[in-house]
Amino acid sequence: MAGALRKPQVRAAALVLPLSVFILATFVAPLVTMLTRSVYDPMVADAMPETLALLREWDGQDAPSEAVFEVASREMLKARDDRSLGRVATRVNRVEAGLRSVIMKSARRLRLVNEVDSWRDAMISISPKWGEAKTWRAIRRAGERITTRHYLHALDLQRDADGNVILQPPQRRVYLPLLRRTLAVSLGITVLCLLLGYPLAYLIAQAPPRRANLLLLLVLVPFWTSLLVRTTSWIVLLQTEGVVNDLLVALGLIADENRISMIYNMTGTVVAMTHVLLPFMVLPIYSVMRTIPPLYMSAAASLGASFPQAFRRVYWPQTLPGVGAGSLLVFILSIGYYITPALVGGQSGQLISNMIAYHMQQSLNWGLAAALGSILLGCVVALYLLYDRVVGIDRMRLG
Amino acid sequence: MTVSGGGWERAGRVSHLAFCAAVFLFLIAPILVIIPLSFNVEPYFTFTEGMLRLDPEAYSLRWYRTVAEDEGWRRALANSLIIGIAATALATALGTLAALGLASPAMPGRPLAMSLLISPMVTPVIISAAGMFFFYSKMGLAQTHLGLVLAHAALGTPFVVITVTATLAGFDPNLTRASASLGAGPVRTFARVQLPIIAPGVVSGALFAFATSFDEVVTVLFMGGLDQRTVPRQMWSGIREEISPAILAVATFLIAFALVFMLVVERLRRRAGG
Repeated sequence: MAGALRKPQVRAAALVLPLSVFILATFVAPLVTMLTRSVYDPMVADAMPETLALLREWDGQDAPSEAVFEVASREMLKARDDRSLGRVATRVNRVEAGLRSVIMKSARRLRLVNEVDSWRDAMISISPKWGEAKTWRAIRRAGERITTRHYLHALDLQRDADGNVILQPPQRRVYLPLLRRTLAVSLGITVLCLLLGYPLAYLIAQAPPRRANLLLLLVLVPFWTSLLVRTTSWIVLLQTEGVVNDLLVALGLIADENRISMIYNMTGTVVAMTHVLLPFMVLPIYSVMRTIPPLYMSAAASLGASFPQAFRRVYWPQTLPGVGAGSLLVFILSIGYYITPALVGGQSGQLISNMIAYHMQQSLNWGLAAALGSILLGCVVALYLLYDRVVGIDRMRLG
Repeated sequence: MTVSGGGWERAGRVSHLAFCAAVFLFLIAPILVIIPLSFNVEPYFTFTEGMLRLDPEAYSLRWYRTVAEDEGWRRALANSLIIGIAATALATALGTLAALGLASPAMPGRPLAMSLLISPMVTPVIISAAGMFFFYSKMGLAQTHLGLVLAHAALGTPFVVITVTATLAGFDPNLTRASASLGAGPVRTFARVQLPIIAPGVVSGALFAFATSFDEVVTVLFMGGLDQRTVPRQMWSGIREEISPAILAVATFLIAFALVFMLVVERLRRRAGG
């Protein structure tokens, strides 16, 4: 061991190893768990194994045989006893709405039944839904251990009666419009940050060193300030009884009863997120601008180029690596943004990550949350690879 | 022609300056506006007439007292410090070691290792937090301090790796060789030769890691229970539920904290020549 450590390769790798193991265990393993969860769901399969075995042989057209009813009622009662029935019913309900109450009610009533001639009649008398093939198909679908249904759901797709994948009718689409909105908002914020950040970076790059350092600090203040503090600031400024509205009323620009709603909507999300992400645009552009020798612009001017000409033909092309880095960084950060839209976005300013949080914490549809998360992760990884190509991950710097 | 050209140029320069001043205002004003409002004697989020008249009666420390006397905020601060310090210690130790390895030209598979180690920083935290919730629940680490320490340490390590690697970029490997040839072992070489050189990077990285943990709310929302409420978690419910100016007092405290951290990191960066 000590001998091997004398080799530089082995020593370098041994230094990197502890952190690699740590990241794999505390960070990568969770991501893998999430990806697994998005396609693997054994809940119903474990609770009703025999029913599902019988249903797999069933043709799916007419109501299944008496044997299926008998096994199903036994397994439902067993699940009720070990308190897993509620979760099983919820899973089935996600395939076919309305079945949760049918399952819960049936199990409650069936417990009181001792002897029956026909489990089929008993169940159908509790709910006629048991007589429909659709109900049993839903149970069979919910019983798939490996399933694509979370992804279908997350992309607003569904299976029709023949099992073909089709798009949901427009009024029932939720996630595709949200994904589109997230991408559009992220793009808008990126453009906004570029428009605000580029001239700022230029000013700092042109300033004498001492002043440049001071200006850079001004950019870094928001970068270091707690996200929640900055979000609170925007609430204080923009709410209807807030500072900006008060100012506008005091200046007589708007009437007291016509205060503008600038927060708890998309405007709030865009303004607050631009504020949060602007430093991530300014810093990479500035660090590229700093390396451009001022001689090039003087040379262009001495050759007769006007300032706009020289800027467009000489300066701007050289800043493109910084513009690319800043834009990609801002875009990547904004498509995964959660806190700010959740606090100042209201209804209309929600993004895809808010939907993930909703399914994690409120609807408890963790399979769907995992599928949405995996799709978002896919987008980020694609952009990250792009970033690596354009900028190089090694060159990532802080400030 | 030269006159009009100069005129245009001046107009351009002035409008550029005015534009930049407006952007700086946009960056800084929202943060500054919180500070005077936190001294408001009234439970409002806006300037009262008394405040505008600079009437001392309109200002008070009442919200600071509220926060200082509140059991919830006190526990939140304790939790934030415990989790933050433990996560920082873990992240700094592991991150510094890894950076030393990454900076060595002999390191095999450097780009791959770098991508792995940086990944917690570029993954949207909502995704990390969702995955951690699933995985840490399975391991029995949800709703424990240990779970949050591990989560925050994972999120903080990339900063340590990046800052320490940056200070090592200018490190002359001959120095370690010289130290070794003079009979120092690897541990002694590290302590006496490398550590003093990379110290600014290590401290900056640690400050970044601590700031990350101290500001992190999503993993706390997903994995923390009532006993793991941190300062940002407490602010989160403060903003969502009972929005009171006490939040502004906490915010002012956090701004002061951020300024101190920023100035220290900038000093260190300049000293490291980064």
